[in-house]
Amino acid sequence: MQTLIDHQVEYHDYLLHLIPTKKFKTNTISLKFSSPIERESVTERALIPFVLQKGSTKYPSERELRLKLDDLYGAKFSINSSKKGENHVITFTLDIPNEKFIQGEDELFQKGIEFLHEVATNPKHDGESFDPEIVNKEKETLENKIKSIIDEKMQYANMRLIDEMCKDEKFGIRSHGYLEDLDSIDPKALYRRYQQMVKQDRLDIYIVGDIDDEKTKSIVESIFHMDRQPFVELNGPNVKEAPEVKDLTEKQKIQQAKLHLGYRTGIAYSDERYPALQVFNGIFGGFPHSKLFINVREKHSLAYYAASRFESHKGLLFVFSGIAPEKYDQAKKIIMQQHEHIKNGEITEQELEQTKKAVIHQLKETIDRSRGIIEWYYQQVIGGKEYTNQEMVEQIEAVTKDDVIAVANQVHLDTVYFLTAEDGGVANE
Amino acid sequence: MNKLTIPRVNEHMYHEQLDNGLDVFLYPKEEVEKTFAIFSTKYGSIDQTFTPLNSSEMTTVPDGIAHFLEHKMFEKEDGDVFQHFSERGASANAFTSFTQTAYLFSSTSEVKENVETLLDFVQDPYFTEETVEKEKGIIEQEIKMYDDQADWRLFFGTIGSMFENHPVRVDIAGTVDSIYSITHEDLYTCYETFYHPSNMQLFVIGNFDLEEMRKLIHDNQDKKSFKAQSEIKREFGSEKEQVYQKEEIIHMPVNTPKCMVGIKEKPDHLQRDVLLKNDLVRDMLLDLYFSKSGYYYEELYQEGLVIESLRLELVLEDSFGFSAIGASTMKPKGFGQKVKEMLLNMKESPIEQTDFDRAKKKKYGELLREFNNLEGTANNFIQYHQQGIDYRDIFEVLENLTLDDVNQIVSEWIDEDRISVCMIVPEGE
Repeated sequence: MQTLIDHQVEYHDYLLHLIPTKKFKTNTISLKFSSPIERESVTERALIPFVLQKGSTKYPSERELRLKLDDLYGAKFSINSSKKGENHVITFTLDIPNEKFIQGEDELFQKGIEFLHEVATNPKHDGESFDPEIVNKEKETLENKIKSIIDEKMQYANMRLIDEMCKDEKFGIRSHGYLEDLDSIDPKALYRRYQQMVKQDRLDIYIVGDIDDEKTKSIVESIFHMDRQPFVELNGPNVKEAPEVKDLTEKQKIQQAKLHLGYRTGIAYSDERYPALQVFNGIFGGFPHSKLFINVREKHSLAYYAASRFESHKGLLFVFSGIAPEKYDQAKKIIMQQHEHIKNGEITEQELEQTKKAVIHQLKETIDRSRGIIEWYYQQVIGGKEYTNQEMVEQIEAVTKDDVIAVANQVHLDTVYFLTAEDGGVANE
Repeated sequence: MNKLTIPRVNEHMYHEQLDNGLDVFLYPKEEVEKTFAIFSTKYGSIDQTFTPLNSSEMTTVPDGIAHFLEHKMFEKEDGDVFQHFSERGASANAFTSFTQTAYLFSSTSEVKENVETLLDFVQDPYFTEETVEKEKGIIEQEIKMYDDQADWRLFFGTIGSMFENHPVRVDIAGTVDSIYSITHEDLYTCYETFYHPSNMQLFVIGNFDLEEMRKLIHDNQDKKSFKAQSEIKREFGSEKEQVYQKEEIIHMPVNTPKCMVGIKEKPDHLQRDVLLKNDLVRDMLLDLYFSKSGYYYEELYQEGLVIESLRLELVLEDSFGFSAIGASTMKPKGFGQKVKEMLLNMKESPIEQTDFDRAKKKKYGELLREFNNLEGTANNFIQYHQQGIDYRDIFEVLENLTLDDVNQIVSEWIDEDRISVCMIVPEGE
């Protein structure tokens, strides 16, 4: 395994991460603006990526902006917002072909950096305000996007589970914002919110590709002068114990019901039990060989999918399953039994070993993708702990059965969310 | 083995056809962590009427059987094959498309053992009445899950409106009724016909030793004996040039309506000698007109006919072909009408030279980017190989493409009676 290096260069207002690798034919550049997530600002922050993609000073319409990207050999560009622990992160990503593979081009990378700088720091604006027409149109787009979540049943069920489970916590705030906030957002306030983001958020810049560190560094330094005064402290892990188990049922016109369970693990990224948590999740529901898949899907043919996934910065774990509506009791019982089995140490040597291999394989696959590399390293910024990929592999290899049992006993069920058919599924038979 | 160089990306791969007819492609890349292998047969959901091995009479099998067979390949007398991959930390999977069924894994250790398992499990079927019956409940859940997904329904609704008789109109997984009629004898009939090595390809790409891999594959195949097979005859029914229905409306419990406009291909655009060029040019045309930098996107967005981005689809195979432009939209009727008008207008407004040059640069960058991705690279080579085309030619076809070629293709691509419109609208509307 090759050890990746995140060569960090610290400036007074941002942290540059240079990650050289020969794996890709393109270079990937990400800007990550982050600050603690807040209910009153989240909808504005969620709207900013939409507005910024509609034009900048130099490229005053979305079409002109996109034509510029086409001209940069079809560079791929996106801006999105997400939640990392109890922080809100706005990410600009540009994936641009490496000029080494294009005859007669030697400034493509520099043009890509200039483009990113332009879009992030020179949005289309009029004095102290965004263009009101654009803002209105994008409010409508965000509104439609929020409204369409209910049509994606798995995503909807996840969202509702977190809503209910983390009702009184920052983590319960929806990163894509709220419908009821949209009306009152005006172009001036939005512009102020944008300036706050660009000036005061923590900023990390990642560059992954077949690059020369020194040359890349001097290009970035020469272009990124942003007059920033970041003072944001990110939220650290805010881990909570599970209180009594909450049960919730919601009904819609659907054929396949969704049974989603939320657990508290009490273990965040910097916790020394974090590698054991990864192995626990793998034994429980992370893979096709996991207890959930084997027992819920294979042995009892109850579900098309049944899996678990953990969250790294808040200490949460989720189980997802798609089942026939009338199988609720049986499916829930089997899911909970699998957790009990692990607590009681019913883990074979083979299960443990193959899960460790699978977790390591997953990590290696992640770092074969440029965005995977960036996300892997960014976990470390949010999580407040640094590992090399080699170290992470060693720590996973060292996890014992007792470590997994200890984690299993630390994981507590918090909320059971069931999205089911209005007619109880009877009419579907 | 033949060394095949891909000069534009400074890489090379190797190809040979074994005595039993199997096409083997080996593409070593030492800079990545993982290896991806895919074992594919030219047999998909459309292959329902054919001459079985050693028979001269046509037979028709139930809808969804290729996909059913794919599921059942993983189960053996001594259990689930997934297990053997999992034990080594590898992740295995499979998919069925209109024209192919493929089995695949990615792994970062014990690669040779995994390749051996891949070859052995696909070449050793085990179907019994009991195991076939048990699978029906699982596939029924899978079908129901897709039934709830508006995007999936939209896609198949559009195809169903274009094609009257061609089996592409049938959902890949079949229907709940059709899968319940499948027997283990049916599975053997299909298996013996389509899983002969002369109808299959093995592609291995990633971090492995070329000579060792070559020897392993030879040794594995030399141990097995296959009866010589004559060419498989397939029948797809007679299909007229025009679309089957100009409009299709599907009612579903959704919040956000959707619409998709389909363009059915003329059969003479699907001939082997023009297929690669036609595929490439259509892809560029969809982009030139309907991507965010395209001639038409801004108008659709500003008129409120599309919520965010368009979904562009392109499928060209030797027996059928279509393109499609879809979107989530609050005005599905308006979207359908407008897009149809735009399509019919394309002939009247030829593409400008500067736009064409930019589109070529963009496509070139996209081709480079695809080589970042092992799975995508393998799939591209296999898919074209199954149609008798060497995917490497795409760089040359692109470089030689002229504006006149493209304008010529535009003039023949679209006719009004080969366009259909499919809509998903909320129930009760």
